[in-house]
Amino acid sequence: MLKIENLHATVTDSDEVILKGIDLEVSPGEVHAIMGPNGSGKSTLANVLMGKPSYTVSEGDITVDGESIVEMMPDERAHLGLFLAMQYPSEVPGVRPWQFLKAAKDAIDDANGQKKTSVRQFSKLFDEKVEEIGINLDLIKRSLNEGFSGGEKKRNEMLQMQVLDPRIAIMDETDSGLDIDALQAVADGVNKMRSPERSFVIVTHYQRLLHFVHPDIVHVLVDGKIVETGDASLAEKVEQNGYRDYLAAQRNGK
Amino acid sequence: MTLNVAVMPKNTARHLARYRDDWHHLAEHQEGYMSGADAHHELRRAAWEEFERIGFPVHRRGNELWKYTDLRQVDRIDFRFGDWDRHVDLARIAELVPMPEEWSNLVFVNGSLEHSSGDAPLTRIQACDWVGELADYRSNGFVALATAFLRIRGGSYLQFDRPREYVRPVHIIHVIDGSVGGPIVDNPRVAVEMGDGSRATLIESHVSLTDDVHMTLPVVEIKMGEGAELSHYRYQDNSEKSFHFATTRVLQEANSNYRSTSFSVGSDIGRNDVFTHLVGEYAESTLHGVYLTTNRQHQDNEISTTHAAPHCTSDQYYKGVLSGRSRAVFSGKITVERGAQKTDANQKDLNLLLSHGAEVDTKPSLEIYADDVKCAHGATAGHVDEDTLFYLQSRGVDYHTAQAMLIRGFAAEILSEFEDNELHAFLENQLDELMPALQAASDTIGTA
Ligand SMILES: Nc1ncnc2c1ncn2[C@@H]1O[C@H](COP(=O)(O)OP(=O)(O)OP(=O)(O)O)[C@@H](O)[C@H]1O
Ligand SMILES: [Mg+2]
Repeated sequence: MLKIENLHATVTDSDEVILKGIDLEVSPGEVHAIMGPNGSGKSTLANVLMGKPSYTVSEGDITVDGESIVEMMPDERAHLGLFLAMQYPSEVPGVRPWQFLKAAKDAIDDANGQKKTSVRQFSKLFDEKVEEIGINLDLIKRSLNEGFSGGEKKRNEMLQMQVLDPRIAIMDETDSGLDIDALQAVADGVNKMRSPERSFVIVTHYQRLLHFVHPDIVHVLVDGKIVETGDASLAEKVEQNGYRDYLAAQRNGK
Repeated sequence: MTLNVAVMPKNTARHLARYRDDWHHLAEHQEGYMSGADAHHELRRAAWEEFERIGFPVHRRGNELWKYTDLRQVDRIDFRFGDWDRHVDLARIAELVPMPEEWSNLVFVNGSLEHSSGDAPLTRIQACDWVGELADYRSNGFVALATAFLRIRGGSYLQFDRPREYVRPVHIIHVIDGSVGGPIVDNPRVAVEMGDGSRATLIESHVSLTDDVHMTLPVVEIKMGEGAELSHYRYQDNSEKSFHFATTRVLQEANSNYRSTSFSVGSDIGRNDVFTHLVGEYAESTLHGVYLTTNRQHQDNEISTTHAAPHCTSDQYYKGVLSGRSRAVFSGKITVERGAQKTDANQKDLNLLLSHGAEVDTKPSLEIYADDVKCAHGATAGHVDEDTLFYLQSRGVDYHTAQAMLIRGFAAEILSEFEDNELHAFLENQLDELMPALQAASDTIGTA
């Protein structure tokens, strides 16, 4: 369903190449994990998939169900069913979580020719998820992410993901900065959402989350390229050995 | 002596002769002028003489108060004072401002009281013996002109006394009907006396019935007695071809609490000049506002507080949203006089620039002559944050909607301080109606 071919990306208005030829195919129902050292390009890949304007695709293609999305705006990608749980979600003054999420859901439903969810129905869904994920009720009265702790922001990303119900969920270090309970809540949420129609791309540094959410395929990203792909055991190997060998190989290759 | 004459600024008002004719006409035809029953005759004459001496502050060089605001076009227009009584249907006015039954609504059209409801403690300005005490006409061309043309009929003198509780907000609506032929000037005058321990809510609205050129020179003087509390909301939505130069002067006795919250969207050149003078201990002064400008509008905020007594608190907080080729000025002044120890003063001006052509000049000025003082100030001007836009868009909301959400979110902090539900809902709606114009004139996508 999601296919990435020879993807090269630069920082917009600069020559700095960050992604240097990525190939990746994600089929319906699969969970992919992406690991890699700091600065290797994991977040860039996630952001490029979602269409962040500060990056430019300079070569290659990204398709969803055979259709290229490279020229699409982020909202159009969301309408196709993509979702990115961000590593550093923005703080949005004056915008309330409930109102925003309702507007987002309505926009997606509208783009897909579906009826708006009624306020009552939406509230029910919202409250249910808030409870499940364990979000402090005071937070949802505040501005979106404003003054939220790192972990609270991540929980809020999970709330959005679960309410918007995407087909392709990309999670960028959602597990970082979470306490044990929150990690469990995120894992439970993902596992509940797993289905033959939905895929996940999970960027993580730790084995922790992968103990709860078993990935089908694990990739190691180094310096803008996928250098190894394997099954869940690859994650364990990485956790034990770190990235030294990959980085050394990369240096020798140059 | 001759030296003095040499340095005196020459009156540069282009249409001085016209103003003079109008002034003589007014002075001689006021009822009570001949009989000496006009309590403000001397004030009026002195103010006129001052205006004759100084005119409008057209020359900006070396004039810090008018450094960023160009008044040449105001000076060029042949404005007329006079009695332009108009009967206007209330229904038409109700389309421009909220007028709920629970408020005391006072509707002035071109300066004359056309309608009033509720229980506002209102008399004519003639009855007030301290008019001009707070709003000094000297060295201030607009206040001088407004005072020179002080009406005998009209004006608002509001006296809020304990033990009465004024639970109804008093809403003074200044409507300009500019279709009377020729550009007119209105100089609405308001004097508010807050008795010791009294509480009230005052809403001051300025709207235009037509999009004609006109000038409004509101002068509002407020005396806050000991422990008095006043919430003063200000809504300025005059015609985009008009000129609005407002002067508000507040004198605060001990333990008084004055809160001003303004929403300014109208006029070609608008100026909101507010000064609060804290003369009693533990007085609190909160001056907040939001201004939204587009096209070639110019909005000038001249905000000043003087701490003349210890233990007082003041807070100036303004937010601007600028689009098109509009300009805004924020000139915030805090003076802490010797002996005003334990002063706590804050000042902040934040601006959201939606276009490359928009510009804001922020000029903080702090003069502190006491040593035990807490004083903080800050100012920013920035574009809509690109990462935040991306964040909202990535959830399925299109660029336009996301930008509108961020604009609304930015203004929401000040809007939420309009605590009356009816007023708050009305202003939110005004903001929504303004949104297309703000966004159409926007050409920035995120931070450059
Ligand atoms: N907008 C940008 N401008 C300049 N450099 C950038 C930009 N975005 C990313 N980079 C650079 O690209 C490289 C990859 O960054 P990226 O954030 O994708 O790494 P990452 O793999 O997610 O790292 P981490 O594990 O620390 O989150 C880094 O060297 C980073 O400094
Ligand atoms: Mg990252």
